[in-house]
Order: sequence, then structure tokens, then C-alpha cells
Amino acid sequence: MTTIQESPLIPPLGEPRPHPTPVAEETTLANGLRVVVVPRPGVPLVELRLRVPFAAPSARNAGVHAARGAVLSGAVLLGTARHDQTAIAQLLQTHGAELSVSTDADRLVFGTTLLPGGLGPVLELVAELLTGASYPAGQVDGERDRLAERIAIARTQPGTIARTALAARRYGTHPYAIQLPDAGLVSAVRAPALRRLHRERVLPAGSILVLVGDLDPRAAVDTVAAALERWDGTGKAVEAPPVAEQRADGIELVDRPGAVQSNLRLGGPAPSRTDPDLPAARLAAMVYGGYFSSRLVENIRERRGYSYSPRSGIEHQRASSSFLVEADVATEVTGPALLETLYELGRMALTPVTEAELDAARRYILGSMALSTSTHAGLASTLSALLGTGLPADWLTTHQRDLTAVTVDEVQAAAARYLAPEALTAVVVGDAGRVAAELGVLAPVTVNRSGEQA
Amino acid sequence: MTAAGTELTLRHPIERFTLDNGLRVVLAPDRSVPVVAVSVYYDVGMRNEPEGRTGFAHLFEHMMFQGSANVAKMEHARLVQAAGGTFNGSTHQDYTNYFQALPAEALERALFLEADRMAAPAITEENLRNQIDVVKEEIRVNVLNRPYGAFPWLQLPQVAFETFANTHDGYGSFVDLEASTVDDATDFFSRYYAPGNAVLCIGGDLDVAETEQLVHRWFGPVPARDVPPLPYTGEPSPTTVRSAVVEDALAPAPALAIGWRVPDPVGDFDNYLGSVLLAELLSEGDASRLERRLVHDDRIAIAQSSYVGLFGDPFDVRDATLLTTQVHHPAAVPADRVMAAVHKEIGRVAEDGVDAAELRRVQARIEAQLLQQADSVLGRTLAFAAAELVHGRAELAGELAARLAAVTPEAVQVAARGLDPGTAAVLELRPAGGAR
Repeated sequence: MTTIQESPLIPPLGEPRPHPTPVAEETTLANGLRVVVVPRPGVPLVELRLRVPFAAPSARNAGVHAARGAVLSGAVLLGTARHDQTAIAQLLQTHGAELSVSTDADRLVFGTTLLPGGLGPVLELVAELLTGASYPAGQVDGERDRLAERIAIARTQPGTIARTALAARRYGTHPYAIQLPDAGLVSAVRAPALRRLHRERVLPAGSILVLVGDLDPRAAVDTVAAALERWDGTGKAVEAPPVAEQRADGIELVDRPGAVQSNLRLGGPAPSRTDPDLPAARLAAMVYGGYFSSRLVENIRERRGYSYSPRSGIEHQRASSSFLVEADVATEVTGPALLETLYELGRMALTPVTEAELDAARRYILGSMALSTSTHAGLASTLSALLGTGLPADWLTTHQRDLTAVTVDEVQAAAARYLAPEALTAVVVGDAGRVAAELGVLAPVTVNRSGEQA
Repeated sequence: MTAAGTELTLRHPIERFTLDNGLRVVLAPDRSVPVVAVSVYYDVGMRNEPEGRTGFAHLFEHMMFQGSANVAKMEHARLVQAAGGTFNGSTHQDYTNYFQALPAEALERALFLEADRMAAPAITEENLRNQIDVVKEEIRVNVLNRPYGAFPWLQLPQVAFETFANTHDGYGSFVDLEASTVDDATDFFSRYYAPGNAVLCIGGDLDVAETEQLVHRWFGPVPARDVPPLPYTGEPSPTTVRSAVVEDALAPAPALAIGWRVPDPVGDFDNYLGSVLLAELLSEGDASRLERRLVHDDRIAIAQSSYVGLFGDPFDVRDATLLTTQVHHPAAVPADRVMAAVHKEIGRVAEDGVDAAELRRVQARIEAQLLQQADSVLGRTLAFAAAELVHGRAELAGELAARLAAVTPEAVQVAARGLDPGTAAVLELRPAGGAR
């Protein structure tokens, strides 16, 4: 694609204008809660993210922990001594807010957008939930049963089946193997277990509150302190244990009889946010399949029409970072599509990218980072994730500088290490009767006939 | 808390002018972040497709990314992305849009790219065959290979409406897609992609005078063509219940969609706003009427939602459209029981009206959501463009929060009276076979 002669008509780019860099004010309250406030002009809104470390205490009870955490994230909003579920929702709504609570293998997050005048009352309510969520038994049962139904539905989505199978294959007995709680374990959750889990794990020490938006930082910190200093649970935050990647040979084929598409998934280790290899690896993943102008999209979408949105990228969890490749392809081209996907990986690892490819990928990453952090919501979520990993708020600036320095040789070295087909674990979800034989030409195939029943 | 109306109006100035070839141009400068958004809205959507060519508006959207007179295949993407920008396009009922968000210094490049394909996209046999394959994969991903694929937006219109424009499959049948020819595409372009049938909206870090010059430089030379008349898509209001059942071989549990006709989103805007707020009141969050009734009190639903407009944006559609209530429920709960509870709750609003405090809370929440959308340069620019195309006034996008804040409890009650159980279109989705 770099051999194409550019039309002389194409307007050149002007000089880049500097992006205003966010200034974060940090405080730690007496109870250990870290508070980070970023004042931003623009629309009169505030974005709130409260991150609480929530990893499984051990591999043995990770399944039960995931199930309880998932129910807790819905049930925490069911009531307190002072407000029932409806009153909580109404109070939030008055200030334009709607609290979303979610868990994953690393954390519990409370998040909302709100009108600036509501900061005090919304924080008061959050404090009430943190210190006095009541988990009323009858309502907990209802919440739990609905969650079990939703999980059962989610487990029939091919994308979920594929993600679950790949995580199980890569992480073995590590808690990260659990992508979605087991519906049976969810059904066994009772209110007393949630009250205990909340008491033991929803703690200020290790937690981080991020506020971004139309705020005066000093006044905001005072408001936070007044509301949240009475959150006084003591104990130790739990972070995920180190990961030992289980590199499995061959292809695991999860059978989905009658499927009109196959979901190809490859995954392997990638550099963490603190690893000096990260900038080069991100650029390699971008050139390979990270955006529309990538080799994988040009090959299997624009040249061959095999797939609508093939993609690759690096994702971070607290204890493990991953390079992932995803492509959903027509059943009849499953073998050829995987062949091209692997071919492009090999080419990345063994031959250098061009300067033009590297520059394009670099400008794209820098531009899209600037875009995604230009909104209150985008900046709040990004900061919450970075700080939760133990990084400083100015990591964004450092990382941008590191990206500008990466060379072609460094990209190739990163590709050889992280993008090589040999480094990746493969899962395909599809109609085994129609695709097993052709996949077997590329690698040994193990058919799994009950993948999504897990 | 909701403030006075004037404070809810977005303070972005709007500049507008029209080129000699008919292209309408809207500029919405905001210099706080060095980012611009460029969008072109063509006044052709799924509802304009000819019979025998279902899915063509969307297929043609793909063709607009295949290169143009001075831009080779794949180069559109590279030129935007290598400048640090993002791009996409989408096909809706009443329009097809193309857009980029880029660092401000790439503005002229984006204008060049949009003008080049407005003048002459590369409609070749090879590109068309390739994109028919890509679109088929898109339909497999979103519809055929997943449970609840495109429920209910592909099936409910067939129950709720009568005319081909409103009832056909906007994604397209594989038969129609495969039968599409280069001549079809050339004709479609020539008819609907005239500059006079489009709105160009640019938002963000721009200088008005300089941008106006750039627009003239790049879009001025695109020749004018005839603009097709706006087709009438309205339909007489229904007087009976219509219902249908679809079987979904992949779904593990049933679902239900109920659609009611709402007032004309353009011609009867004030009454329409009552329906928009009613949808929020019914289904937004734990305090809403249907969440409390179906999910928390009766426990007959796994999840519920109500929205106006087939894709959930009430402000980018013309007549005729629906308020849709969608419920996923356990297999043990009969659909009739869910439906009765929905009608009962709406009936309470119709009879007893709405408490002013409850309505104020809903208005505060929707105000925050509109502000959040406006916080992104791209989100704001797209909203201005859609308002200019559909309502003829980009300013409306900035005024929505104030207009919604002015809606009275009585207007919401009137809207609820319009959701008559006797005129509902009902679609039941039933799991079939347990195949995966």
C-alpha cells in the first residue's frame, strides 16, 4: 500500500497544535482513600469513578468470588437504612446521575456522570452505600436470579463463547480464566455472603476516587472529605496474583453446530503498562490489525471479503497484559482466513515494517489518545485505569513521548517476541463438522463440544 | 437540578451558508480542544431504497470508502488515520452519514477527501463484489450468527407499518445484495448523492472565515445535479392490534417488543417531545415505571427498555416512527402477562398523569445525557448535522435540553394516552429448538 502514488492534490497537514494536558490534584484522606480531581472547562458536568481493588483472594475460590462480586455490584443499590432502592435511584436522578456498579477480575467500580451542583448530595449517597448498604434478602434473591438469567443469555453469544474459551485455555487455574461468572454459582449467592464480602473488601485503603469536570479542585476535595471520611472499614486490598501463561499447542475448536460464521481468536502475553517494550508492541499490534489501515484489514476484509471487522490490540489487566487477534469469518472460508491471519503475523515478525507504516500507526495512536481523553468521561475512565495499575496521572505524557521514539527495528523485535504465531494460543468457535478438517491442515485440532455450557 | 431554559441552550454559535451547487454547510466553532469533526449527511436512507434492492443504501455506504477520483482504494482510511484521526459512516432510516474526527491541522485534508468522493467515488465491479461479501459478513455477525440478532429493529417494522419504505429489511436480503450491479450503484449515486441533497457540518477548532474558503475551494467544483423530491414516508395511524411471532433458533429465552405510533417527529415536534420524555419516564433506571413494575415488583422481566426511533435516537428520524418497549423475560413467564403489565403501567400514566417532581428528575437525567453527548466534538457535530438535515435547523440540537425541560406533565399524560393497547404492534420472539 505504500507503493501507491499519492495524488498531488492531497492537502498537507498543518503544524500540530498542543493538546492541553490535564492537571490532576491528588490527596489521600485519613482513611486511606486516594482522591484525584481534574478540573476541566467545557460542558457543565462532572464524571465520577470510584475504583475498589476486588481480585479473588485465591485461585481456589475465584469462581465463588466472581459470582458474589457480580451479584454484589447489582445488589449494593437495593437499599440502605435510610433509602430504599427507588429512593436511591430518584435521588441520583435529581442530579442527572445514574450510578453504574460493575466488577471484573481486578476491581469494583462505581461510576456516574452528574450535574455539578449535585456533587455533595451524590457523594453523600455514595458514602451511605459504602458504609451501609443493607442487602435486603428478598430483593437480593430477585437480583441474583435475574443475573443468572442474563449470564445464561450471554453465554449463547458467539463472541462471549470465544472470549471465555480463550481465557480458560490461556490462564488455566488463575482467576483470570473466569471471564463470566458461573450461573450455578451465582444462583447459590445469599444476602449474608454479600454483607460479609462488602465488609471485608469494600475498603477505602487501596481505593481511588477520580473526579473530572466543571469543578474547583479544593472545594471538591473538601466535599469528598466531608462525605467519605466516615467510610472507615479496615483491612487490606487484594490484588490479583502473578500470572503464569499456559501456552497451549494447536487449535481448540469449540463446536457450535449450524453456525454460519467461525470466530477466530488468538491471544498471548504482551508487555505491561510499565514495560519498556510496550510502545513498540502497541505499534506492532496497530500495524498488524489495530486499525482500518492495517495489514490484516487490507488482506482479509478489503482484498478477500472474508470478514467485516478483523482486529488486533493490546489489553491490560492488573497482573497480565495480552496481545489479542479477533476475526469473525464465514464458515466456508474458515481455513483460508486463519491461514492469512497467521501469514500476516509471520510477516510482521520476520520482515521490517516500512517507515510510512510506522509513522501512520504512531500518529493514529497519538491522535486517538488525544480524542479519547478530550471528553470528561473518557479522561475519567482512563485515569481510573492508569492510577489503578499503580501509574502516575502523567503517565499519558510519558507514554506519548516514548511512542515518538520507537524505531522500525524495535517494532520488528517486539513483533518477533509478541506477535509470532508460536507465542499465541488459538481458539476457534464454529461448526466443527464443517471446519475441523481444514483447520487440521494448519495445526492439530482439539474439538470441545461443551464450551459454552461451562 | 434543571435550570432555566436559556441556560440549557448550548452556547456554540452556528454559521451557515449554501454553495452554488446546493450543498448546505453548517459550521459550529469551539476552540477549547484542538480537534475538528467533519461530517457529510446525504438525504437518503434505508427508507428510500427501491423495491428489489433492499439493503442498497447501506451497501452503497460501503462503496464510498473504496476510493475516488484522486484517492486509491484503502487510501481514504490511511489519509485520515495517518493524520491521527478516526472515521466511519452509518446508514439510518432517513440518511446516510460519513464523518471524521481529527487533529485540527488535518481539517483541509478531511474536506478534500469528502469532496473527492462526493464528486466521483470509485464504483467498480471488483470493489462492489468485495463489499457485497463484506456486508454479508456484517449481517452474519450482527443478525444470523447471534441470538436476538437485530431484534426488534428488523422485524417489528414489518408488523407496525404497511408501506414498502417502512417495512422492508434495511440490511438487505442476500438475494438482493448479490443481484446488485455497477449500474445500480451509479444510478443510486447520481440520484441521491447530489451536493444539493447533502449537509456538510464541521465542528470544533476552526476559524470560520478560513473554513468557509476551504469549503468553497474543495466542494465548489462539484457539479450541481437535480435533487430528488423528499419521499413521503408517513402512514395513516393504525386502528387495530397487529401481532407476529418470530422464532430464534439461537436464543435461550423469549423476548417481546411492543411498538406504538407516536406524533410526527418533525411536523408535530412539541407533542413528539411528550413521547420522548414518556419513554424515559417508563424505562430509564431503577426509578422508572417499567423497571420498578416488571423487574423489581412483579419480577417478570430480566431486562426492559423503551425508546423512540428505531435505533434509539428520537431526533434524527422523520414520520412515521414508534415508541418501542422491549422486554426480555424468563421462559416461565407468558408473554401475555408481561404485555398486560406494560399496558397497565402506561394506563396509570394515561389516567393519573405524572407528578411534577418525577418529571423534573427525568428531565435532569436527560439533560445530563445530552450534555455528555455534546462534550465530544464529534458527538456535537453529528447532532448539529442531523438536526439541520431532518429539522432544517442545526440550532435545534443545542436547544433540546431546554425544549425537553419545558415539557409539562400534561403533555406526557397526553403521550401516554396515545399508547393505546388497541393500536399496538406486538412482536414475540420465541426460542426454537435450543440449537446453538
